[in-house]
Amino acid sequence: MDIKSIPVSAWLGIIATSIFVLAAVFAPLIAPYGMSEIVGDVWEPMSSEHLLGTDNLGRDLLTRMIYGARTTLTIAALATLVSFTLGSFLGMFAAVIGGWSDQLLSRSVDLLMSIPTLIFALVVLSVLPANIVTLIFVMGILDATRVFRLSRAVAVDVNVMDFVEAAKLRGEGRIWIITREILPNALSTLVAELGLRFIFAVLFLSALSFLGLGIQPPEADWGGMVKENKDGIIFGIPAALIPAGAIAVLAISINLIADWILNRTTDLKGGRGDS
Amino acid sequence: MTADAFLDIRNLKIGVSVREPGKPARDITIVESVSTTLAKGKVLGLIGESGAGKSTIGLSSLAYGRGGVEITGGEVFVNGRDILTLNRQGLNQLRGREVCYVSQSAAAGFNPAHRLIDQVIEATLEHGLATKAEAEARAVDLFKALSLPDPENIGSRYPHQVSGGQLQRVMTAMALCPQPDLIVFDEPTTALDVTTQIDVLAAIKNAIRLTGVAALYITHDLAVVAQVADEIMVLRNGKKVEHGSTQQIIEAPQEDYTKALVSVRSITHAAQDQTETPLISMQNIVAGYGKGPKVLHDVSVDIFAGQTLAVVGESGSGKSTLARVLTGLLPASSGQITFEGRTLTPVQANRPVDDLRDIQMIYQMADTAMNPRQTVATIIGRPLEFYFGVKGKERDKQVAALLEKIELPADTAKRYPAELSGGQKQRVCIARALAANPKVIICDEVTSALDPLVADGILKLLLDLQARENVAYLFITHDIATVRAIADSIAVMHLGKLARYGSKSDVLAPPFDDYTDLLLSSVPEMKIGWLEGVTAARKMEGAGN
Repeated sequence: MDIKSIPVSAWLGIIATSIFVLAAVFAPLIAPYGMSEIVGDVWEPMSSEHLLGTDNLGRDLLTRMIYGARTTLTIAALATLVSFTLGSFLGMFAAVIGGWSDQLLSRSVDLLMSIPTLIFALVVLSVLPANIVTLIFVMGILDATRVFRLSRAVAVDVNVMDFVEAAKLRGEGRIWIITREILPNALSTLVAELGLRFIFAVLFLSALSFLGLGIQPPEADWGGMVKENKDGIIFGIPAALIPAGAIAVLAISINLIADWILNRTTDLKGGRGDS
Repeated sequence: MTADAFLDIRNLKIGVSVREPGKPARDITIVESVSTTLAKGKVLGLIGESGAGKSTIGLSSLAYGRGGVEITGGEVFVNGRDILTLNRQGLNQLRGREVCYVSQSAAAGFNPAHRLIDQVIEATLEHGLATKAEAEARAVDLFKALSLPDPENIGSRYPHQVSGGQLQRVMTAMALCPQPDLIVFDEPTTALDVTTQIDVLAAIKNAIRLTGVAALYITHDLAVVAQVADEIMVLRNGKKVEHGSTQQIIEAPQEDYTKALVSVRSITHAAQDQTETPLISMQNIVAGYGKGPKVLHDVSVDIFAGQTLAVVGESGSGKSTLARVLTGLLPASSGQITFEGRTLTPVQANRPVDDLRDIQMIYQMADTAMNPRQTVATIIGRPLEFYFGVKGKERDKQVAALLEKIELPADTAKRYPAELSGGQKQRVCIARALAANPKVIICDEVTSALDPLVADGILKLLLDLQARENVAYLFITHDIATVRAIADSIAVMHLGKLARYGSKSDVLAPPFDDYTDLLLSSVPEMKIGWLEGVTAARKMEGAGN
């Protein structure tokens, strides 16, 4: 692949995302203070000591942002992983098998989707023990319904192609058909969706934390930080806007990358889709 | 420019910008310095293989380039003005008024939500050429000229309520309604069955004669264009090969390429005698989809080892369904299949692997029959791996041997299907079927998506392979010429029944039943005046009865 062929927008996305990821990975090395260490007054303005100021308890905001990136990105990534593995496998399974299994799976997914995700998550999370594993699985399963729909739709399309029929006539098993014949042809669509889903996971996690059901204090995460500092807005203190802005920048940059990947893979689709 | 030449194309150059992933965009010339003139009331046939630029040239007379295609040089004069210099408004005046277009797929050219008549007169009203009542009267006259049934009322139907051949004629009426000076016919009969094609051809020819319109007739079928065109221009790779009167092109072609086109289907194959016991015997097959009506009624055919059974029929005759029954994808509701003397399990999923291996299939569209994400090596190698457990180097060796058999270079193995031409793709599909070392290969319209010369190569290859590997073919096609070329025995199918079945010499020799007669006489022959001869003979018969 030629580096020059990467468009500027994708470069912006790649750079911004790598900064976030690097910050998350090397958080303890980069962060100037301890995560929950109180180092100053409440809502201090930006200064050379506290580059982004301090938060509602007097903790360094930059430090919290860096640690927040760590939690937010990790949990969102794991939840996306769960939703993709589950959703795409079940979706393709349903498409290939068809009949009753398809009906059962599809209708259950419809049922799950008919309940507003946030409310459903609130109910489930308030009943289940509040720990990170539960959080990841609840987010992952709820998001898997969307992935299921998409992958089933794509797989149904590919499943009627002659080459899949040829494989069936050959006597190939379902695993081969799903992993070798259908999956490679559905991948570009799924990758584009992956970017979107990851961002939805970040937003979802932030919303949950904002409502007090996500990451529990004193752990830092961006949604929770918006919540902690939201009262400052009334006094003209921008502390809440910084994590909010970070969420927005991350969302945009990941989408820039996903767009580019989607373009590249449709180019390579080999005669299908274009013309 | 002569006085009566109202279409004058001079040094037309057309290019397209291609962008491959990871490479900068580059421009490709698809039409190079083509010039021609057309007088009022004359028909010019543009003929060539796919990629010859014939549609592109046709559309240039509407100053239109399809999907990124750009006219990069030359001039196109219509009625004495260069239409390539016209602005948007000028083009709107030209299109649908002076020049009209008839596309290949009439079904896609009509809006399914509107009545036919409203669509037929739309352009006429849009340009203010007639009042609604006048336009409708004109449309009815055209329906009559195109011998559509019930011309007064057919316009009030919706597109789905008329047949494909009728729809193509209605589309011709739509193009003729604004009384244009030129019509561009882009493969108007290619998607139709032969028996329908002959009616549409006769109707188009009649309408052209009555209205005195000039026409560009684009097709890949020389026999068809010979019936309607006054002149023929042969194109190849965007360049003019030969241009002359229809008579000269058909009877005395000058260029080698034209000669090849005229003499295509030179393959002959002496039918083999039927052996004692058939390899596969399908007895009294009845089959249908879901709870719908039966598609096959009591069909019995035999396939002999190393021989070809050609199943011929129009779309909807049930010939592909017969193949699906044999593969087991659509189990017959009654009747049975005997394979080498034992009964074959009706459902594919329950058949033993050896039976699956023995019956292989080649599809019409090689594009969709191969996974675009697999290399040729994987595509051909998988049956070897799956049926014989051949892996690694040994597999690569056998893949190379198979590629040699299908006359493709060994480095094809590393390529993806998208990097192959249409004929090469079909060859790879043949290799995939051969890899299983089958006893019978089902060929479902394997040549109908290919250009005539390429199709010829494929047929030759199939015959060679049959002689060497002693494999039987169930060859499904709608093309009688192909059947003549390769069959040992023939089954003519009509509306799910066998209309005629037997050895090639029996089936193709008179006396014919009515349907076989209709089918055989509808196949365009490469001689001038064939269309008139056939239609006149049919009228006589009709009057005689």
